[in-house]
Formats: sequence, C-alpha cells, structure tokens
Amino acid sequence: MSETYAVEARSAVKDFGQGDAAVRALDNVSVAIRKGEFFTLLGPSGCGKTTLLRLIAGFDSPTSGMILIDGEDVSHLPPNRRPVNTVFQSYALFPHLTVAQNIAFGLEMLGRPKAEVAARTEEMVRLVRLDRMSGRKTSQLSGGQQQRVALARALAPRPKVLLLDEPLSALDLKLRKEMQGELKRLQLETGITFIFVTHDQEEALTMSDRIAVMSGGRILQIGTPREIYAHPTNRFVADFIGETNFIGARVRGGKAIFGGGVEVPLAAPAPDGDVTIAIRPEHMRLVPQGMAGALSATVGHAVYFGTDSHVHLKLIDGTEIVVRQQSDPDGAGGPKPGAVVGVSFPPAAVQVLED
Amino acid sequence: MSEAEARREREQVRRSWLLSLPALAILAVAAIGPLFIMVAYSFLTPGKYGNVEWLFSLEGWRGILWSKDIFSDEYVLADAHLTIFWRSVKLSILTTLTTLAVGFPTAWFIATRPPKSRALWLFLITIPFWTNLLIRTYAINEVIRIEGLLNTVLLKLGLLSAPLRLIYTDIAVFIGMTYVYLPLMVLPLFAAIDRFDMRLLEAGYDLYASRMQVLRRVILPIVKPGIVAGSILVFVPSLGAYVTPRVLGGGKQMMIGNFIELQFGQGRNWPLGAALSMALLLVVMVALLFYVRAATGEKQDG
Amino acid sequence: MADRSFSVARLPGFTATALLVFVVLYLPIVTLVAYSFNKGVNMASWEGLSLQWYVKAWANEQVKAATLRSLTIAASAAAVSTVVATMAALGTTRRKAFRGQTLIYMAINQPLMVPEIVTAVALLIFFAQIKIWSGYTGLGYLILAHSAFCIPFAYLPIRARLEGMDLTLETAAADLYATPWATFRRITLPLLLPGIIAGMMLAFVISLDDVVITEFVKSGGQDTLPTYMLGQMRRQLTPEINAISTMLLAVTVILLTSFFLLTRKRD
Repeated sequence: MSETYAVEARSAVKDFGQGDAAVRALDNVSVAIRKGEFFTLLGPSGCGKTTLLRLIAGFDSPTSGMILIDGEDVSHLPPNRRPVNTVFQSYALFPHLTVAQNIAFGLEMLGRPKAEVAARTEEMVRLVRLDRMSGRKTSQLSGGQQQRVALARALAPRPKVLLLDEPLSALDLKLRKEMQGELKRLQLETGITFIFVTHDQEEALTMSDRIAVMSGGRILQIGTPREIYAHPTNRFVADFIGETNFIGARVRGGKAIFGGGVEVPLAAPAPDGDVTIAIRPEHMRLVPQGMAGALSATVGHAVYFGTDSHVHLKLIDGTEIVVRQQSDPDGAGGPKPGAVVGVSFPPAAVQVLED
Repeated sequence: MSEAEARREREQVRRSWLLSLPALAILAVAAIGPLFIMVAYSFLTPGKYGNVEWLFSLEGWRGILWSKDIFSDEYVLADAHLTIFWRSVKLSILTTLTTLAVGFPTAWFIATRPPKSRALWLFLITIPFWTNLLIRTYAINEVIRIEGLLNTVLLKLGLLSAPLRLIYTDIAVFIGMTYVYLPLMVLPLFAAIDRFDMRLLEAGYDLYASRMQVLRRVILPIVKPGIVAGSILVFVPSLGAYVTPRVLGGGKQMMIGNFIELQFGQGRNWPLGAALSMALLLVVMVALLFYVRAATGEKQDG
Repeated sequence: MADRSFSVARLPGFTATALLVFVVLYLPIVTLVAYSFNKGVNMASWEGLSLQWYVKAWANEQVKAATLRSLTIAASAAAVSTVVATMAALGTTRRKAFRGQTLIYMAINQPLMVPEIVTAVALLIFFAQIKIWSGYTGLGYLILAHSAFCIPFAYLPIRARLEGMDLTLETAAADLYATPWATFRRITLPLLLPGIIAGMMLAFVISLDDVVITEFVKSGGQDTLPTYMLGQMRRQLTPEINAISTMLLAVTVILLTSFFLLTRKRD
C-alpha cells in the first residue's frame, strides 16, 4: 500500500558544530507518521526528540537525509513555507499583542481577508475556552491560560501537522492532567496530525496512538503504547517505560533457561544464545519456594504503596528484582525479609531483549 | 504598619535624603540653580560691553524672532534667526533618522553575535562613543575637507576632476553629527534588542511571516523603548550642538548653539542668549515629553 | 558541510550595513591617527613616518599647561563626583520608593537631559556674577562645574553594581553581630568597589573630554586640552593637533579597557 504519510523522516542526520567539536544530535533517524495520528516522540533530555521536531518545523535543516510533509520534500524549505505550526515549550506568545491578536497572527501573515480572520479567531477562542480573555495582553494570563492561547494560535491557520514541544512541562500536576485530556480531545475533534514531544512516559502512554522511543539521537522502538509497554525490544525502552526487571538467561530450543535450571517456554520464538530477559514487576507473583517454573529468590525489603507493595528480592545469582504485590484486603503483611520464596510469571510476560 | 515600623520608615527616608544631599547640593549650585538665574537674565537689558543692566525688559525674548530694522526702527521678523532655527531642527531630525536607520542594523548585528565575540563588538562600538567629541569632529574634518581623505582618494581614482566642497556646508554638519552621535543610538538599541526573546522570531516564522513582516510586526514593536531612548539621546544633543557646527560649519552654518554663543561674544546680548537657551530647553523638554509618552503609551492598553 | 539551516536572527542587509558602519566609524579616527605620524604638514600627501609632531606637542608650553589643567580638573571632579554619587546611590537604591525619590533621580540625571550649551550658558552667567563679587578666578569654577555633570556618570555604574549585589550578604553580616558601619566598611564597600572605580574612571574620561561647558566657564588663559585644540582649529591646522588627539585617544582607550575589564561579570 502506497500511503502518503503526514510527516516522514528518511535517514535524517543532524550534526551541530564543526570538525572535532561536532555533535551528532540525530543519527540516521527514519520514521513515518500517519495522517490524523497522535504521535509522540518520547525520551530523556538530549535524546534528539526536540531536534527532530525542529527539523520538521523547519528551524533547522538536516545535515543529510530528507524530511517530507504530505509526500513533499521540505528539507530545505524555510519554516514560514511549511504547513505545520508549533506549540513552543516557552509558549513564545507575542507580549505586545492581545490574546486575540496572537491567535489571529498566522492568518494575517497568510493574507486572509479580515472577516475570515475575525471569525476563525473567535472560533479558536471558544475552542480553548478563553472567551472573556480575548482582549487581554498575554502577560496577564496564568500559565495554563497562556498554554491554551499558544495552542489556539497554532491551530488557527489549520495546519496539516501540529508540533507540540513539551507543552505541558511548565504546568503543575493537576493542570497537566487536565490539559492532557484537553489535547487528546482536541486532536480527536480536529483530526489534525499531532506530533508530541515529551520526556514523561506516563504522558506518552496515556495520550498517544503511537510512540517513538528515542535515545542518543536514535529511534529505539516505534509502536502503540501497549506494544511499547508489553513488548519492549531493547533494554533502554524496557527500562525507560515503567519499571522492569532484567534477568539474564539462555535461550535454547524455544525455551528460556534461567539460573537454577528453571525452564520457561517462550511465547514468541527467539534465536538461541545468551540473552537479557525483561519482565514487568506486576507480571510476577510470589509463590511458595520450590514450585515448578518459579525462580528462587531471597526477600530483601518491601515498600508499601497503599494499593500495592513493591517487594525487593535477590535471585540466586545476585540479580535484584522487584515484584509488585497487590495489598490483601485484610491488610496482612507480605513475606518477611530473609525468607526464601519462589517468583513465578507467565510465559507471555517474558520479553527477550535485542541487546 | 505599627508605630515602630513607621518610625523606622521615616528614619530610612531621612537617611536617604541625607546621603543624597551632597550630590544635590553640587547639582543645585552648578547645574540646576544657574538655570533659574538664566531665566531671570532673559528678562533683563543687555549691557553696553556685555553682561546686563538690571532693568526689566522683554527685549531678550522678543529678539528671538524679531529684530529691529536698522533704518525704520521697526520690528521685523528676523529671517536670519528663522534660518538658524530651521537648520537646527532640520539637521537634528535628519541626524536622528539617519542614525536610527543605520544604527538599528548595527545594534542587531552586535546583539546576534555569538556570546564570545559579542563583548568585543560592543567594545568596538563603545570606543568611538567615549572618544572626545572634538576629536571625532576633527576626524570627520580630516575626511571631508578639500584636501581630506575622501577627496584625495576620489581624485586619485579619477572619479572626480575637482575636489568636492563638502566642508562648511549643511551637509558637512549633518555628516559630522551623524558620525558623532551614532554610538548614542546604537547602545540603547542594543540594550533593547539584547532583551528581546529570539524565540518570538521562531514563533513568527512558524506562523508564516516573511522576514520583513517579522521585522515590522514582531521586532520593532517590542524594541520600541530602545528606539525611543536612542532617538532622545541623539535628538537632544544634536539640537543643541555647538562644537560640530562650529568646526565643520565654519561659522557660516550656524545652529542654535552657535547662535547662543554669539550673544555672549560679539553679539553682546546676554538676555537674548539667555532667552534663546531657555527656548531651546523648552523645546527639548517638550520633545522629551512626546517621546516618553510614545514609549510608555502602550503600557496603558490591555 | 555548511549548515544550510534557516537562521531566524538573520535580517536582509543588516550584517552588511553593520560592517560598513564599523568601517566608517573607525576610518576617520584611523586617518587622524595615521596623519599624526606624517612627516609633512600637508595632510593630503604622505611624506614618511615621523614623530616630530609629538615632539612639538610635548615641547609646546601651552599644551603642557593645558594638559596639566585638564588632568587636575578631571582628577578633582572625578574624586568629588564619585564620592557624592556613591552616597547618593546608597541612599536611593535597594529600598522602597519614597516621596521625592523621583525628584532626586531627575536632579542627578539633569546633565543628561539638558543640552550642554544651555548648562554652559547658565553657568557662564552665574559664575560671571560671582567672579565680580568675589574676585576669585581660579580653577574652582571649572572643578565645580565638572563635578556636577560627572555625577550621573559616576552614579550609574555604582547604582548598577549596588542593585546587582546580594542583599543577603549584609543580612548575614548583621546576623554575625556586625554594626551597620562595620557592615558597610567590611562587606558593602569592598563589594561595591569595582563599581566605584568604574564610576570614577567614567567621570574622569567625561571630564577630560568636555569641551562646551569648559569653553564657556573658563576665564581667559585657562585652557584645558580640548579647549586649546578648539582654539587651534580656528587657525592653522597642523598635524600637531593630530598628535595631541592621538595621545588623548590613547588615554581614553586605556581607561575604557580597564573599565570594561572591571565591569565584566566575573565574581
């Protein structure tokens, strides 16, 4: 199927600086983002997610490789000729203009007739629910309100793609959660492709249609939230998203063989050899020691979280793992420190990592 | 506020006044006070050999615009005076506009240099600023006089057959003032541009603005206080310029400053000189008020 | 490979204009300095390197007297204005606005707001009267006048330095039993010192360079270096003026460089 993607990066490379001091911010990145998708670039600071966003927006040009928007090569097109708009991390609202004037700016620059600009501006103001504020100067607004103005301003010119550069990072927790819902709702309503950049994995999981996990200038894995969470393909992704246990094992004949001789059949085939296995803490259970298919472990300490406890254990070979145990309704305590127990998990929870 | 706090407040205020007193005293005696005396003098009669006679008279003020016709003893509009005033205003405005037009790109250039070299560029623009006004005026003289650099080079290159008579013209004074006051425009512009959030430019381009539109609709409105400050810093001194028109105008292209000096020299009309100074001061104050209002007027909206 | 990225800060023609401005700004000065080393009198023709004009300037009695006078006035005015400006800065900075504070600001900035010619004329009138009454015609008038217009130039860097200072340091001193005077002497003043020195150097340069007010206030024969040069410009122009200008320029640049180094935000 030859489909035109909303945004595509093909082998994009971005270097900053010259010669010996050159820094490679993006290392051969390729990604295809579908129309109408809520796509998130997720990763820690310095992973290249903002750089990639800026390449799409046009504030930087790729050192090599291509950026395509709607099938067209825009790699060296200036930002004011690309049909994308950006919600900046700092909002970048024009301080000398009112809320309405900020929102109207893009359409005015495009030369739209006054009546259209006015109508669209009002529509946007209502969309982000800032009706009574349109005449105010943006410096008089709260952080959350400013964020909504930035959003409205970027949506007003009806871009093909909306880029959001960590727009929620400056908001407090409650407002953040609110805005996450707002953004998701807006995206569904308008149907515009959203490319969202964040370092918060919870945010990424709750809002996205697909996520690209990035680190060190590379994309490590692309997939839906479920895919990324349940089937991380490498150690970084497994570690970055949620909590993971890493256990060394050997694969032979479709089975994973752990220390102590415990064998667990693999749900998905994997080549023979020494591997690292990733298992989520909530997929493990504490069972009496010696049960079939369970690893032997010594209890270290438990951290009580109310809804559950995180029990820290050590395997025979010294690997430290965490098991999430739901709290008993009768409030009974967990296993005592020093006790030797069994840790069991279903084959589906076993994730063989690439590295 | 409690009684003790109020007392401490008053103590503080008293302390502030006491600390400022010496400075205020010096300024009162040698800067501000004399201005009032000058007002008084503008209402006196000129003495025969200079200075004044303590007789009330409105001659000083009337002399600004009118002079007594030698033959008919009537008061006629002094064309010569009007020429001088017009020249001063014209040249000051031209100088201000030119320094703005040329100074803005300069300030922008300095402000957009990488941080390491920016200090150097600032230093380079500051040196002419602190160089003696007289030296700089003389330097321009070296360039535009008949045997100066400009003519020498142009004649040698064959672009001219006869030297340009630039010196002692209005143009010479204009060139001189622009040259001399340019750094005064650049520095406040730089300060304003330095404070400007460059990310707003990204927002502007992201929203489809062209380079000219970004300049007009985003940059200029926000750096306006700098433009106003620079304009004042150029307009005020250039209106009252004395040295530059004297050296480059050669006594023929008189500006207000030279005209005032004349009254205390050959003209022997101190009251007229005082009146002219007061008039100049008033014009400057009005201009300042206009400018300040233009600069802060926007803060009232919204 | 060169970065072909879109540069947000680039505006068409600005860089070219700016560079042209720098060239045009320095060309006349460079010309002036260059010709001070010209062997010939005629400035249109270069006749070889020579220091003769510098020698002539140094030998010129009038120049020597004028230089001495300039330095005396500048040093005195700088000292006076810096001291009073420091006090004024201490009184008007880092405190709640009080009634009359605006008045003090306006007074201190008066020399910057009023055209020099107006102040010069006013002083001429005022001092002329005092000269008649008292008979004193010494340097006092010039020193007083210079001190006055140097005040804002000393005040601004001191005030800037004061505003940038960490208030908590003085609070810490008080917490450690220091009296207000001790706090001032051992904490505030040393920290303020770079600003004070910067202000003093600025005032010195301003006083050294003054032409208009000095020209009007001076009594006969009381030339400072700038007024001497102004007088010379009315007569025969010789490269001697170039030489004097170059030396004055050198002093200014040295002082300026030190000022820059002092006010660099390092500590």
